[in-house]
Amino acid sequence: MGDQFQEELVIRPLHSGDIYASFQFRTMWDTDFLRGSKVSHYRLFPKSLGQVISKFSVRELHISFTQGYWRTMQWGQPFLPSPPGAELWVWFQDTVTDVDGAWKELTNVLSGIFCASLNFIDSTNTVQPSASFKPLGLGNVTDQRFLRYAVLPREIVCTENLTPWKKLLPCGSKAGLAVLMKSEKLFHSSFHSQALHFRPVCQDWKCKSTVWELRQTLNVVFDLHTSGQGKREWSLFKMFSRTLTEACPLASSSKVYVDVTDNPQGELFELSPTTPLLSQAVVLGDRRTYSVYDLTNQATFGQTRSLNMLLRWRAAERDMLRPLLHGERYVAGYGLQTGEIHTLMYNNHPYRAFPVLLLDTVPWYLRLYIHTLTVTSKGRDNKPSYIHYQPSKDRLRPHLLEMLVQLPPNSVTEVTMQFERALLKWTEYTPDPNHGFYVGSSVISALVPSVVAMDTNSTRECPLFSSFFPCKEESSYFMRVYTEPLLVNLPTPDFSMPYNVICLTCTVVAVGYGSLYNLLTRTFQVEEPSPGLAKRLANIIRRLRGVPLL
Amino acid sequence: MAAPLTLLLIVAVTIRAVLFRSSLAELIPERVEVVSPLNAWKRVVEGLALLDLGVSPYAGDVFHETPLIIYFFHFVSDYAEIVFMVMTRLVGCVFLLQFRKQKYALEAERYPLDCLELIRTPKEMYYIPLKVAMFYLLNPFTILSCVAKSTCGLNNAVIALFILCTVKGSSLMSAIFLALATYQSIYPLTLFAPALLYLLQRLYIPVNWQRSSFWLFTTQYTFMYLGSLCVMVCLSFFLLSSWDFLSSVYGFILSVPDLTPNIGLFWYFFAEMFEHFRLFFICVFQINVFFYTIPLSIKLKEHPIFLIFMQIAIISIFKSYPTVGDIALYMAFLPAWNHLYRFLRNIFLVSVVLLACSTLFPVLWHLWIYAGSANSNFYYAITLLFNVAQILLVSDYFYAYLRREHHLTHGLYLKRKDGSEATLVLK
Repeated sequence: MGDQFQEELVIRPLHSGDIYASFQFRTMWDTDFLRGSKVSHYRLFPKSLGQVISKFSVRELHISFTQGYWRTMQWGQPFLPSPPGAELWVWFQDTVTDVDGAWKELTNVLSGIFCASLNFIDSTNTVQPSASFKPLGLGNVTDQRFLRYAVLPREIVCTENLTPWKKLLPCGSKAGLAVLMKSEKLFHSSFHSQALHFRPVCQDWKCKSTVWELRQTLNVVFDLHTSGQGKREWSLFKMFSRTLTEACPLASSSKVYVDVTDNPQGELFELSPTTPLLSQAVVLGDRRTYSVYDLTNQATFGQTRSLNMLLRWRAAERDMLRPLLHGERYVAGYGLQTGEIHTLMYNNHPYRAFPVLLLDTVPWYLRLYIHTLTVTSKGRDNKPSYIHYQPSKDRLRPHLLEMLVQLPPNSVTEVTMQFERALLKWTEYTPDPNHGFYVGSSVISALVPSVVAMDTNSTRECPLFSSFFPCKEESSYFMRVYTEPLLVNLPTPDFSMPYNVICLTCTVVAVGYGSLYNLLTRTFQVEEPSPGLAKRLANIIRRLRGVPLL
Repeated sequence: MAAPLTLLLIVAVTIRAVLFRSSLAELIPERVEVVSPLNAWKRVVEGLALLDLGVSPYAGDVFHETPLIIYFFHFVSDYAEIVFMVMTRLVGCVFLLQFRKQKYALEAERYPLDCLELIRTPKEMYYIPLKVAMFYLLNPFTILSCVAKSTCGLNNAVIALFILCTVKGSSLMSAIFLALATYQSIYPLTLFAPALLYLLQRLYIPVNWQRSSFWLFTTQYTFMYLGSLCVMVCLSFFLLSSWDFLSSVYGFILSVPDLTPNIGLFWYFFAEMFEHFRLFFICVFQINVFFYTIPLSIKLKEHPIFLIFMQIAIISIFKSYPTVGDIALYMAFLPAWNHLYRFLRNIFLVSVVLLACSTLFPVLWHLWIYAGSANSNFYYAITLLFNVAQILLVSDYFYAYLRREHHLTHGLYLKRKDGSEATLVLK
């Protein structure tokens, strides 16, 4: 069948006046590198990534680089959530014998491919979650020994990360939707996230063979005031400073979707150029209507040979529907000795309760006390039904806490835990120690009840953005929410003092040694006053003469 | 003796009960001077909670108590306050009992006449046990340690029982309690030599390398000690079916990975240590605790009780995670050496420095950790000063002891060759 490539862009106006653009590029790779046959011919699939995947026997790879924090209460739910910083989680094939060694090499290779400092991923920030990160593709390997998850909250995303990411696309940034991805506009935004997801999927509905799917996604939210100059009018040119001229020739489908659900009769905003194509999709538990622009059809580009969609607002909007699941996290307490981590989980469904899995990875230098863990909902104790806790080992591995909590309907659940801040060795601090240390986001994974029946038929042609998370049942959809990362200060020693400290402490030990040495080796004697100088000289002469001393 | 003792116990219990019920009961267990990563109550509770969750308490780096403590507190964790108060009562009473038996009689006949004033009268000695008990029970350090529910109180109780058994002459019980104390924290190993010396003295066996009776008793005591230690270690293995506790407890005490500030010398030293030299200085600092044993035993072989005091003091000052509970243990001995007061040279300075440092510790901690206006050097400086004061205290008492012994053999009022009053110096 060969490789396939599809690209799409979804534009969704947000209630706060901002606009959300989500690019998705899917490359299907038809190969069986598992059988040991060395793949040497790459068509659409990027060779650099293909070599890495076959060398390290990777089954699933998910990596994301995010700048900014997704504000769920103002923007709704993203199509593909990601935490601030860099996140990497990988499922290895069960043929791998040394998973830790493979993980270490893989992070270093990916660090080179994406020009990111993923080499900071080591055993002190890698965990093996037992329940939260189940495979998103095919296969039934669920032994967590083959899973590795790491997050670097301090990682910054910039042009150097975008360029190699764009290079993995078949058309590069020369044709198709990727021409819009210009860094000067993309990074001038409230939220920017680029991700890469690799997993095995069924080739067709009979599922006789598997193909490997590579999805590259880029989510960006443009702010009304910084990019939009305060005027509620968005166009492709205003967002990306480019317009679309052609589809990628290698793409089998290239579409732009604009979310017009709130605008059925055009009373809210005006979309131009108009398009007759409309599509409906059930995404995130909601039925949405999209205007579709098919870039493979030359007529879309019109007379000017370029497509620049314009959305101009006419009226103010109604209130946004509150997202059903939302999470927040903060550090409480004062001083540099102890603190408390509070995680709040909001269930905004009016009458349904559902369980969520909370995953917390806390670095070892914040010593958690699991006996201080309290989970309360609506003021009453809410005991989790499953707790998996792996305590940290100093300088070796972080804390891992996974809990299954049932969230009552229309409530806030608060999870609190106390911790102690450790004093580190002076070489273990970063060059700016008073900035603080980052703690990665908590991950809340849930099957949220849906008001609309979800489509479980995974092979029907549907837009990419609605078919990422596999949907097993009609009444609920899978959602992942990331909380804020935390910034925690640790007590610091004085960095200018190593030599002084060594000298002073050794002096005190020497004082002890000296006093005890004196008392142990000397005896008491009656002190005779020492004779004067004349007498002493006289005694020397007398000694030489052999005569008794004075 | 019974009435004052009862009164003393009532007062001590009242003070502790009042503090347990007040708001200070939440503040004191958080103080780094009173608890350390080895004996904090919070960590014991954490270890028990991990055990309930099905995770080994030694899987993480929070719990560093021995397995027998887990099982002890598994049953009495609800009554923890009472347990700790009982422990301090126990130590107080034990001290009382043992100090009754002082070798007063041995001293009387050998000394020159003018030394009579140096020798303690029975009347003075009658009140010493009560004073020792009072010094321990009413010492603010002990009270803080008890209210914080630090397991240092348990360690002190075991050491006090060991001293009682040694003084009473029961070598088996002495070996068992010494093994228990060593099992809890390694440093009481140095108390083996004074215990041996005391028991030999009590059995009138001279310390002579040629005599078989010496070797017989030594091997007997050694076997009892090592045997009990092995039994305890194996029992710990069977309780949790793994040897994890060895690296979590003993490895932790010896290699000092946790740099939480305390009143000792180790934390800042190893926080600022160059990585290259870390192992070297760990070895130096740990050897420093153990290597005074043999010279002190040689010098003080006739005076094993004072040797015990010296060893406990050296352990409290130079151990890797000291707390004020350890200091209270050797300070309780000081009333027993009342008669040395006239020979102490620096006692005023030392006591003032100790008092000042004890007051400054919480102040400078607050300034560093909460107010942010001082840095770690302030707290470190007070730590240094506190330890210097303790070292001076111990060496001062040692000097006074040796000087009294010198006077007892050579007479109190010494004269020089020309008849004028002599001065004694160490040469």
